[in-house]
Amino acid sequence: MKQVLKESLPANGDTSVLAGVYGPAEVKVSKEIFNKATLEVTLRPKIGLPGVAEKSRERLIRNTCEAVVLGALHPRTSITVVLQVVSDAGSLLACCLNAACMALVDAGVPMRALFCGVTCALDSDGTLLLDPTAKQEKEARAVLTFALDSVERKLLMSTTKGLYSDAELQQCLAAAQAASQHVFRFYRESLQRRYSKS
Amino acid sequence: MKETPLSNCERRFLLRAIEEKKRLDGRQTYDYRNIKISFGTDYGCCIVELGKTRVLGQVSCELVSPKLNRATEGILFFNLELSQMAAPAFEPGRQSDLLVKLNRLLERCLRNSKCIDTESLCVVAGEKVWQIRVDLHLLNHDGNIIDAASIAAIVALCHFRRPDVSVQGDEVTLYTLEERDPVPLSIHHMPICVSFAFFQQGTYLLVDPNEREERVMDGLLVIAMNKHREICTIQSSGGIMLLKDQVLRCSKIAGVKVAEITELIQKALANDQKVRKEGGKFGFAESIANQRITAFRMEKAPIDTSDVEEKAEEIISEAEPPSEVVSKPVLWTPGTAQIGEGIENSWGDLEDSEKEDEDEGGSDEAIILDSIKMDTGEVSNIGSQDAPIVLSDSEEEEMIILEPDKNPKKIRTQTISATQVKAPSKKPVKKRKKKRAAN
Repeated sequence: MKQVLKESLPANGDTSVLAGVYGPAEVKVSKEIFNKATLEVTLRPKIGLPGVAEKSRERLIRNTCEAVVLGALHPRTSITVVLQVVSDAGSLLACCLNAACMALVDAGVPMRALFCGVTCALDSDGTLLLDPTAKQEKEARAVLTFALDSVERKLLMSTTKGLYSDAELQQCLAAAQAASQHVFRFYRESLQRRYSKS
Repeated sequence: MKETPLSNCERRFLLRAIEEKKRLDGRQTYDYRNIKISFGTDYGCCIVELGKTRVLGQVSCELVSPKLNRATEGILFFNLELSQMAAPAFEPGRQSDLLVKLNRLLERCLRNSKCIDTESLCVVAGEKVWQIRVDLHLLNHDGNIIDAASIAAIVALCHFRRPDVSVQGDEVTLYTLEERDPVPLSIHHMPICVSFAFFQQGTYLLVDPNEREERVMDGLLVIAMNKHREICTIQSSGGIMLLKDQVLRCSKIAGVKVAEITELIQKALANDQKVRKEGGKFGFAESIANQRITAFRMEKAPIDTSDVEEKAEEIISEAEPPSEVVSKPVLWTPGTAQIGEGIENSWGDLEDSEKEDEDEGGSDEAIILDSIKMDTGEVSNIGSQDAPIVLSDSEEEEMIILEPDKNPKKIRTQTISATQVKAPSKKPVKKRKKKRAAN
């Protein structure tokens, strides 16, 4: 069992999150699952102690990771993803998702697809804004965050806040899918660069 | 995760090397590792790297009521967290000893030395004061956490700007960041901790031990000093017995080191201030960008969303409308109602399957009819025999009937149920319904 810590620091504009992955490693008997790996996600905010908002984000990220990580290859082990918010200037959850994905890839955890996070904001006149800043998020009528997979751009996770119609939801989803192409291209280029030098 | 224990040969190797005045990374006895300080976009945010040990510091402020016995002083709060990414052994909830020790040392170094003027943090005496909160997160553990943390704390405090407040008689105005420039904290001096590790009962000494050296050391001496050569805090742990001249020697070394580190800090702060004033880009994204092979950046990419509306409309028109779900509640008794039929209770099958043979004859109505027909057909031929009979066409496993007189009973019930198919069919279903309502 390798205990490997890999770190990644994606920065969306001024939002940056540091991610570290341990695993597959030993797991406590109480948390052991007999036929797959136990995935644990910890998100630490920069100021103050972690609260309910962090817990709910951890759960969303964990559910996304569980959908892509091939846990069945490492039964009775634990894979731990630790996220530390370094600076928050909007679109935090999407940045966390990107960081987690890159860290999992770098640590060599087997996955069936990559995933990325995209945030969409709808303001009062219905304009769609991708990757909003903190100010734009605050003034928006609705903020939607999606996690998309890399194989077919399918939706892995979505969490939304605010009021929007179903047509707007589909529009945001289509826009997020278009945006995810750029993010995956960025993943590919940075991974190529990393592994070509070392 | 459990910490991997240090092997005996590694321990011996490290101690032997120290005896020969050699360190694994090639440093001299009194050498510090490279210190790198970088700032974030918000005021009060910094990352300090001491070799590979990395600490993230953030200062924030809030207006609160003061403590009752200190009505004119602001409140300082320090919190050092050992993040799980620093070392696999740092699980949340498992690091209390080390955590308490580090936090206490940090507090003594920064609060008791009065490096921050708390009187200046008072806004309205007895009612509103500033509470300054310093959060430090250890991102990577490669030894000497306390030095890195103290540097991060003091740098973050020097970098921080609090919102401006003005008091006119009874009116207190808090200006936002846009209205007036934020104001730095008033800091008297900068205490910095220097750690000395002792080996072989105080014979050998190393400054700035890394993680391996910390594991084999006998004791640790921490001296917090400022550049005016004033000792702010001194702590000796590990139970080593030090001579007076050893402690004095260490304090002299600490004086030299602190002067160097303070100069580095001031250079870094001045640099950051210059960049901000000139309107250049600042923040972590900039500082990590070009120095590492593994860093990669992508400029802002505009995304073409012009066809998004059409795509969305297509999806909606092709999608099936959500199924109409009409719920009709059935009232059993006052206080108990049921919506929907639910699915077959599969638990019931296990219990009922034994009773079914005798009572109701099968779980599914359709199958009952078929099997009964076949059974009655067969049984009528062999009903008169006394020997044990095997009903081979039964839907359950092979049943061996031991007592012949049970046979006619069975046949009778089955034939009865064949004619009264509708009546018993309601019974099993209702029985299960009641079970569910009770559950």
